[in-house]
Amino acid sequence: MAPITFLEAIRQAMFEEMAADPSVVLIGEDVGVYGGAFKTSDGLLEKFGWERVIDTPISESAIIGAACGMSYLGLRPIAEMQFIDFIACCFNQLTNFVAKGHYLWNAPAPIVVRGPSGGGVHGGPFHSANPEMYFLHTPGMKIVYPSTPYDAKGLLKASIRDNNPVLFFEHKFLYRRIKEEIPEGDYTVPLGKAVVRREGRHLTILSYAAMMHTSLEAAEALAKEGIEAEVIDLRTLMPLDEETILQSIRKTNKCLVVHEDTKTGGISGEIAAILFEKAFHDLDGPVLRVASLDTPVPYAPTLEEAFLPNAQKVFTAAKDLAKF
Amino acid sequence: MPATETAAKQKLSRQQYLDLYYFMRLNREVEDTMTRLFRQNKIVGGLYSSLGQEAISVGSAYALEKKDWMAPMIRNIGALLVKGVPPRDIFTQHMAKFTSPTKGKDGTSHFGDLENLHIVSPISMLGDLVPVLTGVAMAGRYLGQKIVAMTWIGDGGSSTGVFHEGLNLAASQKAAFVLILENNQWAYSTPVRRQVPIENLADRAKAYGISSYIVDGNDPVAVYSTAKEAVDRARAGEGPILIEAKTFRRRGHAQHDPAEYVPKEQREYWEKRDPIALYDKFLTTEKILDAKGKKEIEDRIKTLLEKDREFAENSPMPPPELASQGVYCTGDDCHKIRPKWERPIAEVTPPKSSVEPVWTVEGFGRGKTSSRENAPIHFGDTQPAAVEPAAKTKSPAKPAAKPPARKSAPAKSAARGKARR
Repeated sequence: MAPITFLEAIRQAMFEEMAADPSVVLIGEDVGVYGGAFKTSDGLLEKFGWERVIDTPISESAIIGAACGMSYLGLRPIAEMQFIDFIACCFNQLTNFVAKGHYLWNAPAPIVVRGPSGGGVHGGPFHSANPEMYFLHTPGMKIVYPSTPYDAKGLLKASIRDNNPVLFFEHKFLYRRIKEEIPEGDYTVPLGKAVVRREGRHLTILSYAAMMHTSLEAAEALAKEGIEAEVIDLRTLMPLDEETILQSIRKTNKCLVVHEDTKTGGISGEIAAILFEKAFHDLDGPVLRVASLDTPVPYAPTLEEAFLPNAQKVFTAAKDLAKF
Repeated sequence: MPATETAAKQKLSRQQYLDLYYFMRLNREVEDTMTRLFRQNKIVGGLYSSLGQEAISVGSAYALEKKDWMAPMIRNIGALLVKGVPPRDIFTQHMAKFTSPTKGKDGTSHFGDLENLHIVSPISMLGDLVPVLTGVAMAGRYLGQKIVAMTWIGDGGSSTGVFHEGLNLAASQKAAFVLILENNQWAYSTPVRRQVPIENLADRAKAYGISSYIVDGNDPVAVYSTAKEAVDRARAGEGPILIEAKTFRRRGHAQHDPAEYVPKEQREYWEKRDPIALYDKFLTTEKILDAKGKKEIEDRIKTLLEKDREFAENSPMPPPELASQGVYCTGDDCHKIRPKWERPIAEVTPPKSSVEPVWTVEGFGRGKTSSRENAPIHFGDTQPAAVEPAAKTKSPAKPAAKPPARKSAPAKSAARGKARR
């Protein structure tokens, strides 16, 4: 099979799940006739018709509310946020209604909320967000953030089949920048399983989404200096694969967390706490963090570059950590 | 533009008249019982009263069929009873007992039943149920079930953004959805005149291009007749319908609130218009109910409520270990909801699914997407020009071809899309 883009992987996952299961529907802004602002639903309307590919008004709360209501009759709606930043508009519907349903009244809402996230494309402060941590703090939701086309397809399929609400973040920087050969036919990638992207013994770099590639780039540079970094792709933040993380730290004894989300309140703080609780005696140095600045995402390329982590920043932090 | 209408009062069967009476009395007795329990400190948290609003809950829910769906609000105990919820569920919920529908995880009327009674649990953030029930109606149509979805909102809740989003989506989808707007004239301590500068909240329907009714919320026959007409029209495909039921909140926002901000004259006016007293008089005059029949109903309610109250009082509190359980649905056994298809699945699966839409917008699109692999997308520097040929990777655990380094890629890109929302 020819290599496909991340974007095509998303499209294929939705296409195949809709073909296999008539209870899967897609609802969102411009997902139908236009095929989505990023063309992730290109061709779906033509194939599956108006009742299954639903163009809505600009009403994020109504999109989530309707998706949730549809799920109560046994459907498995995929709700698209045109940009994931707009998920803030339906924060209440998600955190108070959708996330609490199973705990409170035994009403799981098997919906997937997906959309393009992340910066690096000069989208500015309202089109570049990484809002995953708002929702990590909300019991009841799963959070998926893939970094490769293979994972994007397999994780999205698994998310659609999951019985819980899943937030599925698609880093738009990766949409057409990476291609990968993927197996033909149906496959899924389980939620809650991290993967070791590069083996190493001197330190562990934990990352996900676009920053996973940045971390690999830094690892290559580190290798030239004799530092072998193990790079782990978290893939899902909830559930978080603590086992794979702890296993690696017990081997390398050092941990650097790299994410594009802003530093304060990012997943790195949570991971540091887990390591202190469960692997304190295995650590030979501090848990370090490379993350975006604690500011809104700025617009000008010079500012955005200063805001975002990059391979050089990861390289420098990793070298500091290796000294311990 | 659809005008606000008044439905003619229907002539009901004797049984229907008596059903409405029974459920209104039951509604009030359930709440009176809970007021006593509250004073004995047996209710956990707050208690909200629908005193004087029983005709709305009962009359509107009575218009629904068994297969229809509803989501009550805090003052719709009557609707729950009509839909088939036993009083014991309401008592145990308010007392946070392990035997309650939510096992003590939530209280009051915050519970639902997806499988049998088709009730969606309310939440305290008002307006959220409007799009949820719209989604229920959309799914019902998709599955061919011919159901109607109903929910309630107050004059206060109708000022929320999600009320607008939900009702507009329902209207644009022509969803079989009926929204009962209970105008009890007070949002906690704020009178309706300080919330909205219009006389009739039903007038808002015009902005959504949908039909609406105004009804005397203290007359169960009028409420039922209006709701029935609306439910029938929605089921027939006319789209959502808004019903404003005018009434008055006779108690405070909750038990703690003496509602001293309510003018004395207003309270007196409405207390003279008690829906149960008025209906009682009507049934007696029409010779539908006599003293004997009334006594039978009262005894029936008394027996039922004593049994259910005792059950609730004797039920245990949930065990502490329950607190950490059930955040996620794990495995298949926790999700029993399977779609009930009442139309051929072939109609919604390829190749037939690309046929005509259920509702159309003239001159819009071609029923297919633009379908070009390299079509421009939002933010131009994600264009395919930047794509590197893929490295051959066998193992899925290995990362895909490396994306170009961040620093250089954006600067090299050609035309960048500027269109932003």
